Amino acid sequence: MAVVFEKPKALTDAPLHYCPGCTHGIIHRLVAQAIDELGIEGKTIGVAPVGCAVMAYNYFSCDMVEAAHGRAPAVATGLKRSLPENIIFTYQGDGDLASIGMAETVHSATRNENITVIFVNNAIYGMTGGQMAPTSLPGQVTQTSPYGRDVTTAGFPIRICELLSTLDGPEYIARVAVNNVKNVKQAQKAIKKAFENQVNNRGFSLVEVISSCPTNWGMTPDAALKWIDEKMIPYYPLGVYKDRSAKEGE
Amino acid sequence: MPKVTFDTDLCKGCGLCVSACPKQILVIARDKINKKGHSPAEMTDQSKCIGCAFCATMCPDCVITVEK
Repeated sequence: MAVVFEKPKALTDAPLHYCPGCTHGIIHRLVAQAIDELGIEGKTIGVAPVGCAVMAYNYFSCDMVEAAHGRAPAVATGLKRSLPENIIFTYQGDGDLASIGMAETVHSATRNENITVIFVNNAIYGMTGGQMAPTSLPGQVTQTSPYGRDVTTAGFPIRICELLSTLDGPEYIARVAVNNVKNVKQAQKAIKKAFENQVNNRGFSLVEVISSCPTNWGMTPDAALKWIDEKMIPYYPLGVYKDRSAKEGE
Repeated sequence: MPKVTFDTDLCKGCGLCVSACPKQILVIARDKINKKGHSPAEMTDQSKCIGCAFCATMCPDCVITVEK
């Protein structure tokens, strides 16, 4: 009997602390699968964010560094420049990457730092109890927008992939989702490509993963995945926004 | 016949595997409880399993191992 599916080696045996049905677990697994497939576990260093994934260092069996809120791309820049042979990735949420860490994100992208950024967008601040995030949808009810996000005072959600793809710097920008099997398979390919780009010294790769937060959205895990299809994907269209290697026909 | 094993104590009973299964042979065992205090997922009819690993693909907690 051949094993069709098992836990990747790059994940530790620690049970995940995430809520039932939270897709952080799937994204952790996809990152670990990419590390396994490329055989880079021994030289990979991850940078954990502040947010629900703050304890990601317990789950990945590679070396991990914990960054201050939003500063993961800056920490990753330092790591990559001082240890150019190592593979550096950051794992960040929307409150971390798109809010307090926006400057670090945009500047590391425009400098085309040779790092891999995994951006988990679940349209809410999960760890702190469900406050409005920069990526919360117009009209979305959260703890700090009880009548729905009012775009006249809170502004419009930020589409990170579209924003970063206007820069000349980054190598690869893609948006994927993990709400059904087909999307998970596509997400797996995109995340692997983002790591491959770094192995081949191609530069800044960012994969935005549309994720769910059943607890703070106030839904069952199943309903949350349907909500991604109905509400989030229309606002955040999936696809590859920038891929310089494809343009060059490689 | 494909073999599917559940690391039951890691399961949080979210049910994502149940809705991903094309053969609809997975259920949340409401009469059972694991170490974490959740009702875990289990398979009702192993003989109908086609080993597609959709359940394992959607499981956030790496509970499921599929062999074929």
